[in-house]
Amino acid sequence: MRHFEIKLNPAAKNVVGQPVKHESAIAQVQGKAPYVDDAVLPQGALHAYPVLSPVAKGKLLSIDASALDAISGYVCMLTAADIVGKKDIGPVHPGDVLLAENEISYHAQPVAVVVAESYEQARIAARAVVVEVEETAAQVDVKTGLKNQDWVRPPYSFERGDIDTGFAAAPHRLQGELSVGGQEHFYLEGQIAMAMPAEEGGIFVKCSTQHPSEVQHLIAEVLGLPMNAVTIEMRRMGGAFGGKETQAAPWAILAAMACRKTGRAVKLRLARAEDFKLTGKRHPFFNRYEVGFDDQGRILAADIEVNGNCGYSPDLSDSIVDRAMFHSDNCYFYENVRVTGQRVKVDTVSHTAFRGFGGPQGMITAEAIMDDVARYLGKDPLDVRKANLYQPGRDLTPYHQKVEQFVVGPMIDQLCAEAEYHKRRQAIIEFNKTSPVVKKGLAVTPVKFGISFTAQHLNQAGALVHVYYDGSIHLNHGGTEMGQGLNTKVRQIVAQVFGVNIDRVGVSATRTDKVPNTSATAASSGADLNGMAALNAATTIKDRLIDFIAEEYAVAKDSIHFENDEVVYAGGSLGFAELAKKAYFARIGLSSTGFYSTPKIYFDRNEGKGRPFFYFSHGVALTEVEVDTLTGENCVTAVDVLHDVGKSLNPALDIGQIEGAFVQGMGWLTTEQLHWRDNGELMSVGPATYKIPAIGDTPKHFDVKLYDSENPEYSVFRSKAVGEPPFMLANSVWCALRDAVASISDYRYSPPMSPPALPETILNAVNATRVWLNEKAKADQAMETTDAE
Amino acid sequence: MIEFLLNEQPVELDDVAPTLSVLDWLRTKTGLTGTKEGCASGDCGACTVVVGQKENGKVHYKHLNACLMLVGSLHGKHLVTVEGLTAAANAKLEELHPVQRAMVECHGSQCGFCTPGFIMSMFSLYMNEPAFPGKDKVIHALGGNLCRCTGYKPIIEACERMYSYPRTTAPFMQAADKFFNCTLCSNPGLSDGDRVFYLPQSLRELVELKSSYSQAKLVAGGTDLSLEFTQQLKLAEEVISLVDVQELKTITEDEHGLKIGAMATYEQFMPALLKHYPEASELFNRLGSSQIRNAGTLGGSLANASPIGDPAPLLLALDAVVEVICERGSRVIPINEFFLGYRRTQLHEDEVISAVFIPARQADQKLACYKISKRMEDDISSVLLVLSFQLVENRMVNVKSGFGGMAATPVAAESMAQVMEGKDFSEHNIQQAAAALTADFKPMSDVRASQHYRLQVCQNLMQRFWLEQSSGIATRVSHAAL
Ligand SMILES: Cc1cc2nc3c(=O)[nH]c(=O)nc-3n(C[C@H](O)[C@H](O)[C@H](O)COP(=O)(O)OP(=O)(O)OC[C@H]3O[C@@H](n4cnc5c(N)ncnc54)[C@H](O)[C@@H]3O)c2cc1C
Ligand code: FES
Ligand code: FES
Repeated sequence: MRHFEIKLNPAAKNVVGQPVKHESAIAQVQGKAPYVDDAVLPQGALHAYPVLSPVAKGKLLSIDASALDAISGYVCMLTAADIVGKKDIGPVHPGDVLLAENEISYHAQPVAVVVAESYEQARIAARAVVVEVEETAAQVDVKTGLKNQDWVRPPYSFERGDIDTGFAAAPHRLQGELSVGGQEHFYLEGQIAMAMPAEEGGIFVKCSTQHPSEVQHLIAEVLGLPMNAVTIEMRRMGGAFGGKETQAAPWAILAAMACRKTGRAVKLRLARAEDFKLTGKRHPFFNRYEVGFDDQGRILAADIEVNGNCGYSPDLSDSIVDRAMFHSDNCYFYENVRVTGQRVKVDTVSHTAFRGFGGPQGMITAEAIMDDVARYLGKDPLDVRKANLYQPGRDLTPYHQKVEQFVVGPMIDQLCAEAEYHKRRQAIIEFNKTSPVVKKGLAVTPVKFGISFTAQHLNQAGALVHVYYDGSIHLNHGGTEMGQGLNTKVRQIVAQVFGVNIDRVGVSATRTDKVPNTSATAASSGADLNGMAALNAATTIKDRLIDFIAEEYAVAKDSIHFENDEVVYAGGSLGFAELAKKAYFARIGLSSTGFYSTPKIYFDRNEGKGRPFFYFSHGVALTEVEVDTLTGENCVTAVDVLHDVGKSLNPALDIGQIEGAFVQGMGWLTTEQLHWRDNGELMSVGPATYKIPAIGDTPKHFDVKLYDSENPEYSVFRSKAVGEPPFMLANSVWCALRDAVASISDYRYSPPMSPPALPETILNAVNATRVWLNEKAKADQAMETTDAE
Repeated sequence: MIEFLLNEQPVELDDVAPTLSVLDWLRTKTGLTGTKEGCASGDCGACTVVVGQKENGKVHYKHLNACLMLVGSLHGKHLVTVEGLTAAANAKLEELHPVQRAMVECHGSQCGFCTPGFIMSMFSLYMNEPAFPGKDKVIHALGGNLCRCTGYKPIIEACERMYSYPRTTAPFMQAADKFFNCTLCSNPGLSDGDRVFYLPQSLRELVELKSSYSQAKLVAGGTDLSLEFTQQLKLAEEVISLVDVQELKTITEDEHGLKIGAMATYEQFMPALLKHYPEASELFNRLGSSQIRNAGTLGGSLANASPIGDPAPLLLALDAVVEVICERGSRVIPINEFFLGYRRTQLHEDEVISAVFIPARQADQKLACYKISKRMEDDISSVLLVLSFQLVENRMVNVKSGFGGMAATPVAAESMAQVMEGKDFSEHNIQQAAAALTADFKPMSDVRASQHYRLQVCQNLMQRFWLEQSSGIATRVSHAAL
């Protein structure tokens, strides 16, 4: 196993670290960057569409297709009975079914797939099928599930220190609970796949997926084929955010089944409403906590319970609830701590990966705790946060990984100085005194997010690099491009290794026959893993070229440098293209694979101890908001962010990730509400009723800066992962909204305000604060009367 | 047959299903797949195209949702898609249209799926605003485009940057000139077997058609009707479009009031209406998105009779009158009699709304219009409140109101009006009025808001109104959409 530490030469024209534009930008702005649905259909292509259960729970009695023959364009229908191989497509644990066979587990669960000549005909036909179910009552309430101990996976907990001792020593104690809403990914491009017959009974599938290898594996299993008979290609996704990690597979598999049955190409694209109904979302959580603390607000004991609402099946819920547990400390040292995670089963679609992967739902609990403690003690929440930060000596996480990089404190100080926290805090206190309706709120929240898949084996990646003899370079890696700019970053890395202009390096679609056995592009790991693998592949070729030059020109190897599109050696230089040609004629191998696996990580789940994360990414956000206490309407007026991406591979892309993640996180915590009826039917099934942030919600003042630092670990060019961590910077929005409402109580009451903080939620928080004030006034009066007596 | 210009290419079409959207037509029949589908319901803007149309002898370009526009509506128009902005096949950065170039340079595309739609909204802005119009106008123009990746900041920046390059005309200008100067077929329409798209060219023709085919669907802007096709997959046999009926587009005013043709779009009638009733500005500026306001009509909104349509409460409070026509003759219906129940109106099968008449502003008229929704931009109201009265010697007289989201139809609050009528305009009396709302409404709990919130917010809005009238206290948050 080789790890490469490359020091950049500051004098050279480096490609890494430059704000290179997204590789597809010029095509995208012209509408010329094709997505799966844009491909010209092969001759005779058909369209498939799932047939849905009309109820959320019950016994499937019959699927009546008799109406279909009258529908023009109808070709055939497939049910679970048509599955040759495996029927369960659970990614880790069994339980996720492709097509319901006996039991209906959630509303609109697919029971069959119809195939027709056109997309419209397929959709009409799917609705014409009569699905008969003996309905039983659905259970969609997480608290009931919790009470009944209805789990999709067993509970799990870890602890450090002794909470009983901690609580006994604590002068103050608080309890709280927090319902955290789920979130629909709302990738702009919905789920889609197109399957085509290939050579020798094989199958070729274009699919919008973050995990081509998993789609390949599942299609092979369901169709009873070896993996080498199935090829998946993925050029780009129109957004994914975790929603195409496991959730892309069913549609690809159904298209593949239909393709196999008809011998024709079959496309399956979910319309937006079905995409909402049939695919998993960010887990809603119901969390409870009890903390003991001292007069400074330092947490002496914390007992935290995070309960993920998992939907009907395990999917990835084990790891997601684990990650919520791993992040329920955020940046704060709890002297004695127990964290429990439970995986509650309810009769809805199975919830799944979404940017942050449970981390946000855990971390927001830590922030709620900090605010509650501050209000209880009458302190500035920032001071309580600072008092609790990990620091040398107080550096052990609840899962016994040692925190080794203490940048959050300095980052908070820098941000607060630059964005004038204290001055603004004073100004807001004054403003709120004279403004009875509109209240302002302010909050600083930090982020510490663990980087690595917590399932150790996933931390691996492969890449393939060819240098052609005209000097152009072909790059392929196992990661997938979903807008995050992964291809651009990996291109930069390869260009950097060869010291060439980035235009020399072309990236091609991710394909399972080019790089095998890949992990999902997820857990923010895309550039860390695939960048390293590509760096590895390129360096292998470069080493061969160095050997060649050293021999050819009889020069010392260390005199050879690849820079500015040429190679320089003692006494001469050569253009890169010329070198490629020379090396080809000298019969040097100009192609190589590369491989990488993350070092150092391990976690003993039984013991609850280890180092699940290679390193942590950090960030701090300072947010100011306004709240209308008559209606709950609100807006985010100013946001300042300082974020740690180590040595940035590409500051433009990194800042883009941070801004985008922040606004997405803000949506999760404010306007985005998933609404299930008691019978299990999802009511918010499209952008008409499910509101993600729009352009006017972008904070008026929105300043994102990168923190000047480098990754202390040997990551690719000392960069850090950026995909997920900044999502949680938006916690500051929620805290600031709560701060604004708390101002009504002179900051002595922490109103309940379970996210999403919709206008309605906020108005309810205002109501609750007023009730508290009244009761306090009554109590004070009663005290006075007793005193007088 | 219909005739239109697609980028630089004149197109004639005959056999097209009357319910086919411009988006589906582009994507499945022309190979132009740059225009994307993100929702097929008008909410995401990924399908945004720019459409040029001759109005009063001048060609205007505006951005619209291709997923809501029916192909038949393209007759005589110029459809511009994202592919039409740059002539060169393998354009370099500098050869891109300024809108596109700015988007690249500001890193405004990540996954890129929303990008073509944004480009087209920005292109519309670029065509209509010769210089950078300021951030607020940018936000107003782009409120109907969703992006899940960028957080919008680079896109807002691109809207400023696009004005920093030398101003360019689009490559299609010559073709457009030619197209708008030639005569088109006088009897346009589309058919697909028995299914027909009618394009009556006059009111008389429209009324005749509607009486012959009373089951036919009328389509104005299509922003509501199209959802029946794209979401409910209905297959209408006959569609009659109002787009070419010039008589329905007129906006006239005299000392009695303002008459808005049923086919005038929000965009077209807003200036005339807001001139007299500027208090309604928020209501219309926050109605749907720019794309929706460029297509949607007052006739469509009223015929649709949604309890959460925003114009109706205002029309109720202003005592508007709906004018209706059919082959049998015409009649006028006072707006407070127009709605019969949930999505039901007085309209007979063969009737068409021709115009809405809004009386002239009264002396000393006070008007308040408040819209409450989860999101400030492009969101359906959970509650809409309109209150109007005349203030005569500090007494509230002729009290009228209109509420959306509080009942099965847009309604007035009668008990509240009674409590207010003739009383002094005072905090106490406004509080009494707010309290009376509990007698007027038993609203529903649904996906947008709970019953409790709806009622409380209406009452609190009365308080907002009082504060606004009686004090300098800030009552609104500083959101860009307000
Ligand atoms: C994304 C989106 C956001 C929206 N936001 C809002 C909002 O914030 N507030 C709001 O109030 N509305 C909103 N709407 C609803 C809608 O766009 C408007 O009500 C619009 O005015 C409808 O007009 P139209 O011309 O597009 O109607 P169409 O869709 O063409 O027609 C609607 C109905 O009216 C009938 N009809 C049309 N014209 C006539 C006529 N002259 N005589 C008789 N019948 C007729 C049609 O047959 C059809 O049944 C929104 C819609 C969308 C898609
Ligand atoms: S596709 Fe979303 S608005 Fe048309
Ligand atoms: S760039 Fe992905 S949705 Fe806008």
